[in-house]
Amino acid sequence: MYEFLTSMELYTFLKGPMVWVAFSVFLSGSVYRVISLLKLARKDRVVYPYLNVKYSLRSLVHWLVPFGSRNMRLHPWVTVFAFAFHLGVIVTPILLYPHIALWHDAWGIRWWSLPEKIADFMTIVVLVCCAFFLLRRVFASEVRFVTFPSDYAIIAIVAAPFLTGFLAFHQVVDHYRLMVILHMAFGEVMLMAIPFTRLHHMFSFWLIRAHTGSEFGVFRHSRDY
Amino acid sequence: MARMQRRTVADLGFDETIKNLSPDKIARTIRYVLEKEAAARLKAYVDTCIHCGLCNEACHFYVSYDRDPSYAPVAKVRQTIWDMIEKKGKVDPETVKTYARIGFTECNICRRCSMYCPFGIDIGYMMILVRRICGLLKVAPSYLQDQGYSHMYTYSQSWVAQDDWVDTVQFVEEELRMNIKNARIPLDKEGAEIMYSPHSLEAKFKTNLLANIAKIMNVARVDWTMPSFDGWDSTNQSMHLGDHETMGMVERMHFSAGFRLKVKKIVTSECGHSFRAAVYDGSRSLGWKEPPITYLQPTQLFFEFVRDGRIRIARKIEEPVTVQDPCSIVRNRGLGGMLRSVVKAACEDFREVDPCLEHNYCCAAGSGVINYGPPWKFLRMEGGRAKIRQLQATGAKIVIAPCHSCHKTIEEMIDYYKADMHVMFISELLVKTMEIPEDMRTPEGKGSDQ
Ligand code: SF4
Ligand code: SF4
Repeated sequence: MYEFLTSMELYTFLKGPMVWVAFSVFLSGSVYRVISLLKLARKDRVVYPYLNVKYSLRSLVHWLVPFGSRNMRLHPWVTVFAFAFHLGVIVTPILLYPHIALWHDAWGIRWWSLPEKIADFMTIVVLVCCAFFLLRRVFASEVRFVTFPSDYAIIAIVAAPFLTGFLAFHQVVDHYRLMVILHMAFGEVMLMAIPFTRLHHMFSFWLIRAHTGSEFGVFRHSRDY
Repeated sequence: MARMQRRTVADLGFDETIKNLSPDKIARTIRYVLEKEAAARLKAYVDTCIHCGLCNEACHFYVSYDRDPSYAPVAKVRQTIWDMIEKKGKVDPETVKTYARIGFTECNICRRCSMYCPFGIDIGYMMILVRRICGLLKVAPSYLQDQGYSHMYTYSQSWVAQDDWVDTVQFVEEELRMNIKNARIPLDKEGAEIMYSPHSLEAKFKTNLLANIAKIMNVARVDWTMPSFDGWDSTNQSMHLGDHETMGMVERMHFSAGFRLKVKKIVTSECGHSFRAAVYDGSRSLGWKEPPITYLQPTQLFFEFVRDGRIRIARKIEEPVTVQDPCSIVRNRGLGGMLRSVVKAACEDFREVDPCLEHNYCCAAGSGVINYGPPWKFLRMEGGRAKIRQLQATGAKIVIAPCHSCHKTIEEMIDYYKADMHVMFISELLVKTMEIPEDMRTPEGKGSDQ
């Protein structure tokens, strides 16, 4: 097992074909989920007639700016952790130098990367936030009451690539290649999990907010934040 | 599934009706509603909710029950919709009773939580689905079911037949003429500007409220009328039962009355649910984006009267006054500003509530809960604790509540919590404070009711 996990074959597979697979599953799965939801919304006769750009944006802005909504002000800690977490999860992998180098090797494209120290710090932030969410699930009774095993799984899916990436980068574990292999594998799992788990809220967030924002603005003449 | 403790309540609508259920009927009904009727919203909400519990603070039940996690909005979904989906509808009758208990008695569909969820997930909508399922299975509070049947037979909520209605109007008019000289309550006047559509209780034992409205209409010299025929009643309890069919029928009858009389607008009673039924649920189920005829809540009408000087305030109330923002007219239609404007015009000392407007707490009696009868009164009293504390904190002695449910339940909570205040409708406030023009004064009524 150990041999397999550290083998060069696995390494090249995860670095090559599996990346293609992961991205294809992620992209096609996400497009499919979004389109099928948009189609299904036609059956819900009350969604499209009320949609409104201005109120969708009003709603999105208030929920994308830290402390822009009343509930964020009521839960300052969760707000801070949630924003730090989402920023780290999205920005770090995209602006990480080793990742960009891979893109450059494969396709010859490159873009600005985060300074090493900052990328490192953001990874730690993501991990700390995951720990915070985990503790909240375990200790806050109102969260525990609605927690299922899948909720822990989702935290694990997100934390794993960051943890392994961090360990590989700092070469904490003896076998460097093992860590990189695990890192690539977990990263690919996370990408592929997005369309098929509640992680796909990264897309549905925009759609539901647009609906709710429009509904409140156009019809209810009230604020939804 | 761990469920928190609830006290046992005997209600024929739950206890007897579940005896008629077979597992097959339950499964078919659940799947019909969740798979055939519900669509994108349900799917998006269920697949997106990340079980974060951030909606909890929104719910007055959660706050009033000392943050008991089983009263949190998402917890209600967990114990109903998620459970149904997970078990594919294969549940026993006792479980349906649990669903019904949550859907009917532990959520007022106030929709406050959709303003607190980071995604804007509408848990109220999912609780309407629960009510729909249980309603189709005939498992619902018996008092509410009775009112649903009343709508089917008489179009009115309280079994008020058409001849009783006309009779009531006549004696209210007679009485009104002792206060306002030559006052009229014109029935079936074609082409009038306004058709007033009362709450059925105004035709039964709260006729004083109808008299107040008539008084204001006369003083404002408005061209108004009411139908003598079916469609006069603005209430619609079928909505709360998830009975979309009867709800649509009642609403169609109601709009038709306005068209038949060729009025410019319909004004409902000072009621939250009838306004919501007409402008929101009813209109939508009949395929209208907005109601097919201008449809106002009295708060809007009174605002116009005061703004345009059709009603003049003779003597302002001096005691401190605050307001209750009914969910159905404020969060659902943004009428909080008009409410304040009228109240401030008639009162010296207005005290704002915190939180207010669309962020205001529900009174715990909304969406039919006020009508469940004595066995369920405790629910409103306990669930409304957040509400009464919020009102008490203002130091006000009078609460203006332009909604029958809010009005009644807050009045009862005042007694239950020994709070030193009382509740008034806006119409009561205006009748107390408005100037009666010289030519309308009678020897008995010297204008405002000193
Ligand atoms: S009562 Fe209101 S806040 Fe509570 S769950 Fe129902 S809709 Fe949400
Ligand atoms: S706040 Fe929204 S996402 Fe979080 S538990 Fe409540 S409904 Fe679900």
